[in-house]
Amino acid sequence: MVPSAIDQALVLAAQPGWTVIFTGDNLTRLLGGLWTSVSVAGLALIFGIPLGIVLGALRIMHNPVLRAVLRLYLEFFRIIPTLVILFLFYYILPREMGVQVDGETIAVVAFGLWVAAEISDVVRGALISVPSHQVDAGKALGMNGLQLLWYVRLPQSVNLMIPATINLAARVIMTTSLLLLISVIDVITVGQQIMEANRMSHPDSAFWVYGFVFLLYFIVCWPLARIAQALEKRAKERNNG
Amino acid sequence: MKKLKKIIAGLVAGAALISLAACGSSNSGSSDSSASSQQGQTVEQIKKAGKIRIATFGDLPPYGYVKNDGTRAGYDVALGNKLAEDLGVKVDWVQVNADGRVDALKSDKVDLVLANFTVTDERKQVVDFASPYMKVSIGVVSPDSAKITSADQLKGKSLAVTKGTTAETYFTQKYPDVNLQKYDSKTQQFQAFKDGRVDALADDNTYLYAWAKENPGYTVGVKTLGEESTIAPAVKKGNADLLKWVNSEIKTLTDNGFFEQAYQDELAPSFTDDIKAEDVIITK
Repeated sequence: MVPSAIDQALVLAAQPGWTVIFTGDNLTRLLGGLWTSVSVAGLALIFGIPLGIVLGALRIMHNPVLRAVLRLYLEFFRIIPTLVILFLFYYILPREMGVQVDGETIAVVAFGLWVAAEISDVVRGALISVPSHQVDAGKALGMNGLQLLWYVRLPQSVNLMIPATINLAARVIMTTSLLLLISVIDVITVGQQIMEANRMSHPDSAFWVYGFVFLLYFIVCWPLARIAQALEKRAKERNNG
Repeated sequence: MKKLKKIIAGLVAGAALISLAACGSSNSGSSDSSASSQQGQTVEQIKKAGKIRIATFGDLPPYGYVKNDGTRAGYDVALGNKLAEDLGVKVDWVQVNADGRVDALKSDKVDLVLANFTVTDERKQVVDFASPYMKVSIGVVSPDSAKITSADQLKGKSLAVTKGTTAETYFTQKYPDVNLQKYDSKTQQFQAFKDGRVDALADDNTYLYAWAKENPGYTVGVKTLGEESTIAPAVKKGNADLLKWVNSEIKTLTDNGFFEQAYQDELAPSFTDDIKAEDVIITK
């Protein structure tokens, strides 16, 4: 087994560093790692954004207890590093509660709650930016709270929420690089495995592997930026026209 | 406004219930123990489950790494595969970082740690170590042109170490005459050494053997210094059943020469030729 691996390494040593990306199953493994990152981030956003919108809408209400609780929730996820949150959710909480949950589920739950916290603040900020005379006009028409939110506040503030939301989505995707901490193999971890396995034959592989991972992240995050631009433009046009 | 509050309260409660249900449904039930003092999974439970969960490194050749075809290899991995084969189960490899090894055991994420885990008094408080399968101590590497073969030769000379390593502590206490150059990282200490800014470099010998192989012209002249540490499998504190089994298995494997074979297969190709099996592994 190993002598053949050494022979193989000697053959490969003559080739430039970028070839490690296409050696063996490395390309498939990198793409598999990327899929893990994207699916964890995607599910976290799918669960986190609706929850965040609900919490954000709650935060403009006048109930002081509710506001304090939600503020506490936001500050908890904003102040504590994501690294610590993952550690807490994966190692500490299951131990205390006597349950076992796999790393991917934990990652989705922890990131989802983080997304909800951040989005709640984005939504709150956007909602209170709607001029109060708009809300008063709605009230004069006999709208109730939910109708005011749906017909007056949300349509006029949604374009303010989009940039921060897309920004957060990109941040969540990039934060998946912490997932090795809870033994989830993401694209960065696969990259490091490849670099270390080929350290002897390709000392310069780090540059190429990290470069390729950069490209993969870019391919995922750049369309997000374009979608954000398009959505923002559409929302502006609709508001003005 | 009241209606809205009710609706939203309902939504929040619903979300909380769903998240709780999601957590509960994937409960693998591995934390319930039959005996009062027994912790973690017993050998019987592992056999019944058909798999043993082992924590290992994925980025530390030649001990634990992932080959280009995606399979795990290395000295730790060879032992894990052998243990699973003798148990008649599959291995569920869980890749960890150095700082995740203790908590992975504590929170029942894995049954066994095989990740270059050095036995220390502090770690003994929180996990149970089985019999060792490797040994490590401080080594000193020097250029072939000005070879250092004993620690006494270092008097008045400069020696590179990484801050916080056992090598730093050892030389500070035992050889105050040596001019210690302390670096923050391994990369920095090796760079300083290769640039000729220091006469020699001290670090874990197992690490230096592999480094000397990659860097011709340097030899590990002093192979062992100070107290020898051992590297051993670890189980959850209190998992007496699995610990007993691993101990008897390591004894058998030592007796039948498994570790020498694993050394030849996994470690020897990465070390310089002057290193012998008994420098690194535990022989009978």
